[in-house]
Amino acid sequence: MTAVTGGAPARARIFLSPPVRWRLTWATARRVLSQLRHDPRTVVMLIAVPSLLMVLLRYVLDNPLALNRFAPEFIGVFPFIIMFIITAVTTQRERARGTLERLMAMPLGKLDLLAGYAIAFGLVACVQVGVVTGISLTWLGVELPGSVVPLLVIAVLDAVLGMSLGLFASAFARTEFQAVQTMPAFVLPQTLLCGIVVARDQMSDVLRWLSDALPMSYAVDAMQQISAGASWSGQVTRDVGVILGFIFAALAGGALTLRRRTR
Amino acid sequence: MSPERAVEASGLVVRRQGNVILDDLTFTVPRGQVTGLLGPSGCGKTTLMRTLVGVQVIEAGQAELLGLPAGDPRLRARIGYATQDHAVYSDLTLTENLRYFGTVLGLPRSRLADAIARTVATLDLGGLEDRLVSTFSGGQLARADLAVALLAGPDLLVLDEPTVGLDPVLRRDLWAVFHRLAAGGATLLVSSHVMDEAARCDHLLFMREGRFLAAGSPGELLAETGAADLESAFLTLASRRQAVRP
Repeated sequence: MTAVTGGAPARARIFLSPPVRWRLTWATARRVLSQLRHDPRTVVMLIAVPSLLMVLLRYVLDNPLALNRFAPEFIGVFPFIIMFIITAVTTQRERARGTLERLMAMPLGKLDLLAGYAIAFGLVACVQVGVVTGISLTWLGVELPGSVVPLLVIAVLDAVLGMSLGLFASAFARTEFQAVQTMPAFVLPQTLLCGIVVARDQMSDVLRWLSDALPMSYAVDAMQQISAGASWSGQVTRDVGVILGFIFAALAGGALTLRRRTR
Repeated sequence: MSPERAVEASGLVVRRQGNVILDDLTFTVPRGQVTGLLGPSGCGKTTLMRTLVGVQVIEAGQAELLGLPAGDPRLRARIGYATQDHAVYSDLTLTENLRYFGTVLGLPRSRLADAIARTVATLDLGGLEDRLVSTFSGGQLARADLAVALLAGPDLLVLDEPTVGLDPVLRRDLWAVFHRLAAGGATLLVSSHVMDEAARCDHLLFMREGRFLAAGSPGELLAETGAADLESAFLTLASRRQAVRP
C-alpha cells in the first residue's frame, strides 16, 4: 500500500480509486470457486440438474417438434432458477456467518465483492449452459434453425441474471431458510408470466403489463425468437439489452443492500 | 491526539433499534499495551468494538483511532478485527482463508506467503494449513479466526472475546501472544466477560449497561476499591454506581 499523505481527505481517495480493483475482484472469484471445489456434491448438482431436467422434458413431451420449440426456453430458464437459489443462499450465509462484516471492516469495496461473485458464478453458468446445450443438441436431438451461438450467449446471460437477482433477493432474508423461500416468491411468478405457460399476447392487459415488467419474460422471448428461426433479430438485441439492464439494476440494488455500517 | 494513545473517544452514543447501547462513552486506549474491555454479556462490548472498526453507525460523539476518525477507509488495513462468531470460511482450508483475507488486506503477493507462515507459527497452527476449517476443533477455530486479524501485522487489534470458552493452557498461550504483540508496538483491545482475565491486562475498562464503571490499570482499580481481586472490585464499582442512581 502506498503511504497516504496526512491532509488528503478520505472521500477524495475513494472517489479517485477505480470502482473495481481487479486483484481483489479476482481474489474473491477464486475464493468462491475454491469454496465450490471443496463441495463436490453441489458442483455435481449445479452441472447435472439442468441436464437431467432437459432429459425429463424430452420424455414428457415425447414429440420432436414440441421439443424443438420448448427446449431453448427451458435452456434459458433452468440455469436462471438454479443460479438464483445458489446465490441467494451463499450471500445470505456470508451475511449470517459474520464474514461479510469482517470484509466490510477491511479494504474491500462492495463492487469488488459483487464483481467477484458475478465472475465466479458466471464461469459456473458457462459450464452449466454448455453441458445442458450439448446434451440437448446431441443426445436429445434438439434442432435449431440457426447457429447455436446466440442461444449460448442468451442462456449464460439468463444464468447471470438469475445470479444477480438472487444476490438482491438475499438482502430480504434473515436466515438461510428464508433465502430459499425467496425463490418461489421472486421466481415462480415470473415463470408463470414469462410466456412459457401461456403466450404473452393471450394474457389479459394487467397480466401482460406485469409480464412486461419482469426480467424472465425477455429471457424467454429471446429464446422464442431463436427457436422460431431468426438467428439474431432486432427484437433479440432489444431483449438482450433489457436483460443486461436488469442485471446491472439488480447488482446495483445488491450493492445498496450491502451496508458497510449498520444501525 | 497524543502519540501514546491509540484510541480516543468522547461522548460516544450508539443506538440500535431505539435502545441506547453505548451511553455517552469517553475513554482512551493506551498505545502499545493490552487493554481489557470487561463487562457482563449484553453490556455493549461488541457494539463498542463494531463502532471502533467502523461497521456501526454512530449517533453522537466521536472516536479517533491512530489519529483518524472511526470508519476512515485508511484505517481498514491497519486494524485487525476478530468477531465473536469466528468469521472464517468453514468450506475453505486455513491457507485458502488466509490467502484470501491477506489479499483483501492489501498484502502484496511477494509478502503473502511469509505473512501466512509467520501467523501460522505465532498461533501454533502448523500442520493445519491444508485442512478444511470445518474440521477444526473449537480452539483451532478460535486461532484461525485470530490468524486473520493478525495476518497483516496491524497497528491496532480489536478482539471480541477471543479466549472465551477455550481451555486454560490455550488461554494462557494466547495471552502470551497478545503481550508479545504489544511488546512489538501493537495496541490491543481485548473484550471478555470472564473476570479472571482482567488480571492479565495492562489497562482495564470496566463496562456495564452501556457505560463505563471505571478505567485504569488492575493495580489502580484494586487500590481505588480496596478489593482483594478484580471481580470484587467490579462488584464494588457496580454497587457504587447503583447507589448514586436516582
